Amino acid sequence: MTIAKNWLTRRAMGALGLAAMAAAAIGSTPAQAQGTGTIKVGILHSLSGTMAISETTLKDVMLMLIEEQNKKGGLLGKKLEAVVVDPASNWPLFAEKARELISVQKVAAVFGCWTSVSRKSVLPVFEELNNILFYPVQYEGEESSKNVFYTGAAPNQQAIPAVDYLAENEKVQRWVLAGTDYVYPRTTNKILEAYLKSKGVKDEDIMINYTPFGHSDWQNIVASIKKFGTAGKKTAVVSTINGDANVPFYKELGNQGVKATDIPVVAFSVGEEELAGIDTKPLLGHLAAWNYFQSVKSADNTAFIAKWKAYTKNPKRVTNDPMEAHVIGFAMWIKAVEKAGTTDPKAVIDAMIGISVPNLTGGTSAMMPNHHITKPVLIGEVKADGQFNVVWQTKGTVVANEWSPYLEGSKDLIADWRAPLSCGNFNVVTGKCGGASK
Amino acid sequence: MSVLLRLLVLFCLAFAGPAQAQDDPFALLAGDNFDDIRHGIEQLATSGNSQAAAVITALQEGALYAGPDAALLIKQDETWLDARTGKPAADVAEDALTAVPMNNGVRRAAEAAMGSLELFSPDPATRRHAAEAVLKSRDAASLPGLARALQTEPDAGTRLVMQQAVAAATLASPDASEPDRLAAVNTLRTRGDLDARAMLASLTDQPPSVREAAATAVIAIDRMLQLWGLLQGVFYGLSLGSVLLLAAAGLAITFGVMGIINMAHGEMVMLGAYTTFAVQELIRAHAPGLFGASLFIAVPLAFLVSGAVGVAVERGMLRFLYGRPLETLLATWGLSLVLQQTIRSLFGASNRDVGTPQWMSGATQWGGLTITYNRLVIIIFAALVMAALMAALRYTALGLRMRAVTQNRRMAASMGIRTPWVDAMTFGLGSGVAGMAGVALSQIDNVSPNLGQGYIIDSFMVVVFGGVGNLWGTVVSALTLGIVNKFLEPLAGAVLGKIVVLVLLILFIQRKPRGMFPIKGRAVES
Repeated sequence: MTIAKNWLTRRAMGALGLAAMAAAAIGSTPAQAQGTGTIKVGILHSLSGTMAISETTLKDVMLMLIEEQNKKGGLLGKKLEAVVVDPASNWPLFAEKARELISVQKVAAVFGCWTSVSRKSVLPVFEELNNILFYPVQYEGEESSKNVFYTGAAPNQQAIPAVDYLAENEKVQRWVLAGTDYVYPRTTNKILEAYLKSKGVKDEDIMINYTPFGHSDWQNIVASIKKFGTAGKKTAVVSTINGDANVPFYKELGNQGVKATDIPVVAFSVGEEELAGIDTKPLLGHLAAWNYFQSVKSADNTAFIAKWKAYTKNPKRVTNDPMEAHVIGFAMWIKAVEKAGTTDPKAVIDAMIGISVPNLTGGTSAMMPNHHITKPVLIGEVKADGQFNVVWQTKGTVVANEWSPYLEGSKDLIADWRAPLSCGNFNVVTGKCGGASK
Repeated sequence: MSVLLRLLVLFCLAFAGPAQAQDDPFALLAGDNFDDIRHGIEQLATSGNSQAAAVITALQEGALYAGPDAALLIKQDETWLDARTGKPAADVAEDALTAVPMNNGVRRAAEAAMGSLELFSPDPATRRHAAEAVLKSRDAASLPGLARALQTEPDAGTRLVMQQAVAAATLASPDASEPDRLAAVNTLRTRGDLDARAMLASLTDQPPSVREAAATAVIAIDRMLQLWGLLQGVFYGLSLGSVLLLAAAGLAITFGVMGIINMAHGEMVMLGAYTTFAVQELIRAHAPGLFGASLFIAVPLAFLVSGAVGVAVERGMLRFLYGRPLETLLATWGLSLVLQQTIRSLFGASNRDVGTPQWMSGATQWGGLTITYNRLVIIIFAALVMAALMAALRYTALGLRMRAVTQNRRMAASMGIRTPWVDAMTFGLGSGVAGMAGVALSQIDNVSPNLGQGYIIDSFMVVVFGGVGNLWGTVVSALTLGIVNKFLEPLAGAVLGKIVVLVLLILFIQRKPRGMFPIKGRAVES
């Protein structure tokens, strides 16, 4: 049975691939996009399965942005048309759906993906068919593709400033790095570990712990964190725990009496959306690091929140960081298309670098040559109403280190997609492109 | 002359202004700088101001608001009080007010300040709590207050905590003598818990003899804690085991006794959890006072809801599939998807917040053992459910018929038992028990449409390991798996621990395919 199924899918995939290649060969002239009446924008977010909770919101925000742009008169004199597909939290399906969007639907750009594994899955498709992906979620870095624009944070735009904050303001000397067992937490913790050691933190002052997705019995992990915190040095937890495993984790912290004033937890994957379904009283004072919080006071943000609540017809809907990333990415794409005068991905990719647009926290974000954007870093404390109270933020914006300088394999690499270099992993020591990436 | 006087007054005011801001704790609290706010709290606590406790409590509750010109107001049930006087404030411009911000430093300062203020509270529990807070603050400035409190404190337990607080403060004080310090180390050593260990381990800038004493004390405490750690591990294991037991108890009936592979078992658990959610929503809306009792109301309701669904499923679907395990498996799997999607459409895809009643939150300390109330309640609940289930099978007429039908269907039928009806009731009972498990799981896991999926594999594992058809086997197997899992977890990590348990289980099943306690006899062979 398995063999037959495998054979079938493989055959189906092959056929699909052939069809796609044929379609790509026919339809890749630059004029093609202008030929039709509308400009199509692809939206590649899971609307079912485990990631639907997070990703559905991003689809909605994209639809809202496109509607708004059309009200302003569209783009290059044409209306924008959203093409929504559902990759169903299924990583290989992401690649299939991406191919469908580009080859069959002929979209000008795609906004999508959430998990790193889904991004890795679609990456070859975007590179092969030379289209554009806007990726809105904070991630582990160690990547820069010509066809992807990373509007979420790289580790140095979220994790490292958060650790600095704890070390300076809370005088933390002992660190628990707790995460869910997959690529983002593992890479981030590897970077953080190297960073902490470079700051003189000793081996015995770092504890690393991984748990499976959806882990619900946190009793002895919390107990060991508590014990780890009794070595006479201020201790904090840096959490890359993902998804709903966070709820029982924080509950157990509350039950065992670990308070934010004793052992604060700073989380990188817990935002307004995740807190919406939890009683936040036991979490009071625990921290999160993001580049945007709904509670930030700026004119742009107030207007955006009002628009979002009106669009979803739900006065309780919250906004979060990846939504802001899509707002920035979409505004950048509009500007780049206007600058290039065409939606042809090739021209738009070149036009993107250097574009800067206002972000929602009152500053501006710019697209850098490494295809990442500049962002402010904010640290927020959980409030009783499920929102965050910003207690610290960087003075200006931070430029992303797509290749971490703290990892052996990537410290010599840079990405620069401008004309002479045009390379995503240029090794400055050997002077070669494509050196030692991983 | 008067002009000159006025000028002089103005002059004085101009100079007094900033100086006053430095000394006025209220002005500091109205600032937007966390350091200022912290100093404000500290000054207020030591000032002897009668408003101190009220203001700091308001700050802790987020009810302290600052306005322009260092205005400071307390919000109390929609009315505003002036923080400086405690009297109602007139014409408050609410738009200009912002809540005084807090960070963890401010929170710590507020806790320590409240501790020192409440040492003389008339309520013994508050005094005890205050003494613990002062102990944690390790502030040499708290020594005079502690000394005064010790003179009047009647409760021996609270006196002990106060003495420990004195010890902690002595060690932090720059001018304590060496013998005093050594005595302090000893006092903390007898406390012997994690807090004491943390304090002793942090002593660095002390005379060598004190450091040495502290180091030996830490080792002694560690030895004690290690012993307690073993017991603690057993408690964690029992608690995980009781969760597994609850999830598997229903399956032990439907799969163990009836032999139905019910892939929708997890969804019966999930229905129970959603029943709890619905009950709590109703209580929140109509009778908030009953919230503490919400789980007691939810347990029978969850049993009825899941049980009724179970009976309907048996009558509507499973009875046509008896004797065809593969089809049963596929059909119940399909059913599980249908149930999940139904719940998703009704309640939405995101997790639902099921509240924990006050009496189930927090923990109690028993020696070096931390016992969280929610886990303790679940262990007791699991024991009660199993006892009730066994009693039902052993002593009720329905139980007798169930056992008769499962042992020999045709003989039972010829004795006049309506076997189809017994089948429906048995399946309903199993599903109902699963629903009750859902009530318990809603307290420790996320209530989402996927809740059941996380437990289905574990449930089958427990039943198979224990021996199909044997309820005692299920109990032993659940507790064994729980304890083994919890002892492996610290050694191997949560991910590897699970894998190791699974591999061990597979090896065990290879040797004993019928589980730990197989049922013997002819009934099994047929």
